Amino acid sequence: MENLIKNAAGRWVPKEVNGVKTIPFKGVNQHFPQGSIAAPPIRSCGSYPLDGNKIVDSLKTALQKCGLKDGMTISSHHHFRNGDLIMNQVFDIAAELGVKDLRWFPSAAFPCHKPMIRHMENGVLHHIEGSLNGPLGDYASQGKMKGLAVLRSHGGRWQSIQDGEVHIDISILAAPTADEFGNATGDRGPSACGLLGFGLADSMYADHVIVVTDNLVAFPCVPWQIQGNHVDHVVVLDKIGDPDKIVSGTTELTRSPDRLYIAELTAKFVQAAGIMKDGFSFQAGAGGTALAFAIYLKDMMKDANVKARFIRGGSTKYLVEMLEEGLTDYILDGQTFDLEGVRSMRENPGHVNTSPFTSYNWHGKGNFASMVDVVVLGATEVDVNYNANVVTHSDGRMLHGIGGWQNCLFSKCTILPIPAFRNRVPIIVDEVTTLVGPGELIDVIVTERGIAINPLRQDLIDATKNSDLPIRKIEEIKKEIDDLVGGAPAKPDLTDEVVGVVKWVDGTVLDSIFRIRTQE
Amino acid sequence: MYSREHMNTFVSGMVDTPSDCFVTYEPNSSTLNIEVRSKVQSMYGTSINDLAYQVCSDLSVDSGRFIINDYGSLPFVIQARIEAVVRQCNPKLQSRSLPDIKPHSLYPSSRKRFRRSRLYIPGNQSKLMLNAGIHKPDAIILDLEDSVALTEKPSARLIVRNALRTLDFFGAERMVRINQGDLGLTDLEEIIPHPVHLILVPKVEYADQLKIVNNKISELMQASGRTEPVFLMPILESARGILNALSIAEACPNTVALAIGLEDYTADIGTQRTIDGKESFFARSMIINAARATGIQAIDTVFSDVSDEVGLEQSVKEAKSLGFDGKGCIHPRQIQPIHEAFSPSPEEIDKAKRIMIAFEDAQKKGLGVVSLGSKMIDPPVVKRAETTIKLAIDTGLLDMDWNR
Repeated sequence: MENLIKNAAGRWVPKEVNGVKTIPFKGVNQHFPQGSIAAPPIRSCGSYPLDGNKIVDSLKTALQKCGLKDGMTISSHHHFRNGDLIMNQVFDIAAELGVKDLRWFPSAAFPCHKPMIRHMENGVLHHIEGSLNGPLGDYASQGKMKGLAVLRSHGGRWQSIQDGEVHIDISILAAPTADEFGNATGDRGPSACGLLGFGLADSMYADHVIVVTDNLVAFPCVPWQIQGNHVDHVVVLDKIGDPDKIVSGTTELTRSPDRLYIAELTAKFVQAAGIMKDGFSFQAGAGGTALAFAIYLKDMMKDANVKARFIRGGSTKYLVEMLEEGLTDYILDGQTFDLEGVRSMRENPGHVNTSPFTSYNWHGKGNFASMVDVVVLGATEVDVNYNANVVTHSDGRMLHGIGGWQNCLFSKCTILPIPAFRNRVPIIVDEVTTLVGPGELIDVIVTERGIAINPLRQDLIDATKNSDLPIRKIEEIKKEIDDLVGGAPAKPDLTDEVVGVVKWVDGTVLDSIFRIRTQE
Repeated sequence: MYSREHMNTFVSGMVDTPSDCFVTYEPNSSTLNIEVRSKVQSMYGTSINDLAYQVCSDLSVDSGRFIINDYGSLPFVIQARIEAVVRQCNPKLQSRSLPDIKPHSLYPSSRKRFRRSRLYIPGNQSKLMLNAGIHKPDAIILDLEDSVALTEKPSARLIVRNALRTLDFFGAERMVRINQGDLGLTDLEEIIPHPVHLILVPKVEYADQLKIVNNKISELMQASGRTEPVFLMPILESARGILNALSIAEACPNTVALAIGLEDYTADIGTQRTIDGKESFFARSMIINAARATGIQAIDTVFSDVSDEVGLEQSVKEAKSLGFDGKGCIHPRQIQPIHEAFSPSPEEIDKAKRIMIAFEDAQKKGLGVVSLGSKMIDPPVVKRAETTIKLAIDTGLLDMDWNR
C-alpha cells in the first residue's frame, strides 16, 4: 500500500502508473493544469513526394519507414469495432521484425484482438492502454499484463494526447476510403464505418501517421475527415475490415419487457421534468434500453409537437428516422452503429461528424457534451450516493471501457436507466466497486422498481413531484432489491495489487482496479 | 452431469438457465456433503451453502451428496429445487422447507375485482416471475399445467409455492393454474395453505370435476386453518365443457369467473382458429351467457402472437364487444393494450358520470326512483355506471375525486 495515495474521492490510487508520476483526483473541476499542449515535430514538404503520392507497398514497409523500434507507442481508432483486420497484422509484423515492449494505445480493443494476448506473452507488446473489452479485459483483470491498464474516456484520451501525457510514435488509421495523399473518410467504401473521429487526435499529434485503406480513390477524397497533410504513408490492402462486425445491418431493439418499461419511464421522466421542449437536445447510445428510450421519446415529441435542435449520437436508424422526419435539426454524431447511420452521415448535411475534441475534451474551451439537455447512459453499479461504475462488475472483474460515459456526465441532466438487479446481483450498492462517475454529476436513476433523484437536484425533484411517476428514495429501492435477492452480495475478495487505473476527464486518477484474489 | 437414469441420483433444474439452478442429489450413508458451483460464487456462494444446509436440516436430511449448479437463482428457487430432489428420493416426506412469508405477499382479493388482464407465467421459470408485478396486470397466473414439462411438474409446484410466499406481485391477484385430475389435487396441497387468491381449473367438462377440486380446497383450508376464500375460475376448453357451461358456472359458490381456452376447444370441435373467429363465436357466447346468468365474469382466451400488436388490439376489442370482462396474456407488453381496450370510451364515462350524479341526487333527496332527464334508471344501469366509473379511475381516465 506504500505505493498508493488516497485521492479527494477517498479512493486509493497509485502514485505512479507505467513509470509516470500521477496526479490523484482532486474533485470535479478542481484541476487546472498550466503550460502548452503537445505538438508533433516540424516536417517539411521537401521530405514528401511533391506529387502527393504517399503510397508504399506494404504495411511492413510503412512501419519500417516510420522507424518502428522497441518501446514505441502505436495507436489506433476503434471505429471498426469487432471487425478490425489491421491491428493484429501490425503486431504480427512487429513480432516478425523482432521488436519488443511496444505499447498499444487503441481508443478501444475488442474480442477480435484476442491474439494480442500472445504478443503480450511473447514480449512484443508491453501493455495496452485503452478500453479493454472481453478477453483482454479478463487478461488484464488477472494482473497478467506487464503494465497497468489505463482506462480513459473518449475525451480523456484526447486530453492525454493533447496534454502530452501519451506520446504516440506511430498512428495506424484504418480508412474506409482514402486518396494517395492520405485524405481519408469513413462514410463510404466496403468497410464504411461512418466517421473517423476517434483517430483524429492521433492524426494530429502522432510523430508518424499511416493511413490504411482498401478503397483507394484518386485525389481528392472528398469529404476528408482525416487531413492528408498529417499523413506520412498510405498503405492499400485487399480488405481492412469485416463489414458485418463494423456496423450492424439492423439495430435490434430490446424485447425485455422490464427494459422497455425502464425506457418508457425514462422518457416519461424527461417529459415530466420539462426537459422535452422545443429546441432541446439529448444523447442516447445504442444500448437496447437507450434505443427504446429514444423511440418512446420520439412518440412523445410527436404527440406534443416538439422538435429538438440536436441529438448527439452514436447514431442508429432510429435517430436517422428522427432527423429525416424533421424531429431534430441535427445529429451531432460521434460514431455510427448501423448502415442507416452511415448512409445518413454520407447523404444528409444535418448529420454532422464530430470528434472527441468538439464533443468531449475537458482541456479545451468548452465541449458539446456539457451543452446537452439530457443524456441517457448505462452503468454496472450505482451506490446510494449516486456514484456509478461502468468498468467493473460487482465481483471485481474488469469488463468494459469507459467510452464517452464520463464526458457525458456533464450534461444538464444525466439519467442512468438500469435494471434494479441482473441475475440475482443488485445494481444499487452501498459503495461502488470502482468509482468511474462521481455522484454529484449523476442526477437520476431509473429502474423498474422506481425512479431515484439525486437530492442535489432539488429542481428535478420539484419539477416531477406532482407527476404520477414512481419516484422513490434510492435507499428504499436498494432495500427492496436486497430483500428480494436474499441480501446484499459479499464484496469481492481483492488484493492490494493494482491492475488498472480509471482516469478522470482531466487526466487525474479517480480510482484503481485491484486484482481479485484467486482461490487456490 | 448425471442423467436421470443414473441409479439413485435425483435431479431438479434447468441447466444453464439464468435465474435457475440445477441440483443433483446422491443419497448415501456418508456425512452430508454440499457442493456449490455458482455463477455468482464470490458474491453469494457462502449464502447458498448456508441455505442448502438449512433446507437439509428442515427436511431432516443428514447424509448424501448435493451438487448445486447455480446460474444466479434466487434463494426461494434453490430452496424449492433442493426440496424437490429430496422429495423424489422420499415421496412420503412429511416435512417441508418453507421460506418466510413476506408481508407484501398478504393482501386480500374480492369476487368482483377487475380481471381484465391475467399474465401467464410458467411455474418453473422464476426469472419471469420476479418483475411480473411491475407491469401491473390485474392478475398473475403461476402455471403448473400446459407450460410446464411433465418432469418439471413436481419442482414447479414447490417453486410456485415458494414464489407465492416470497414475491411481491404489487397488488395483482395471485392465481395458480393447477393440473387436471389427481395431479391437480396434489398441486393444491402445496398451494392452498399459502398466499393464493384464485385457482384456475383447466379443461373442466362437468360440474362434478369442479366440485372435486372445491372439496379438496375446503379440506385443505380446514387443515391449514385458512379462512380467506379461495376463488375458482374454471377454464372450458372442449365441446362438452361449453355445452355444460351453465352447470359448471353455478357448481360452486366461490367461482368468480368462467374462462375459455380456444386452442384446445377448436381442436376438439375439429377445426382451427382463424382471425375472424367464426368457429368460436358459439362457444364464446355460451361462456358469456352462462357467466351473466350466474353473476360471474367471463374471461376470453389468450392472444398468443406477442409481436402482433394490431392483431391483439382487434382481438381485445372483439372480446369486449362480445361481452367479455378480460383476456389472458402471455407477455407483459400485452397488458397495457388490453387495459386500454377494456377501458370505457369518453362517451361511456360521460354517461356513467351523469347517471352517478343523478343517483346520488336521488339518494340525498330520499327518492326511491332514479331518473335522468325524462328517463327512469334501473338499478342494474346504476351498477354498470358504477363499474364504468371505477374502471375509468383505475385506468387513469378519470380523477379519483371527479365528483367533488
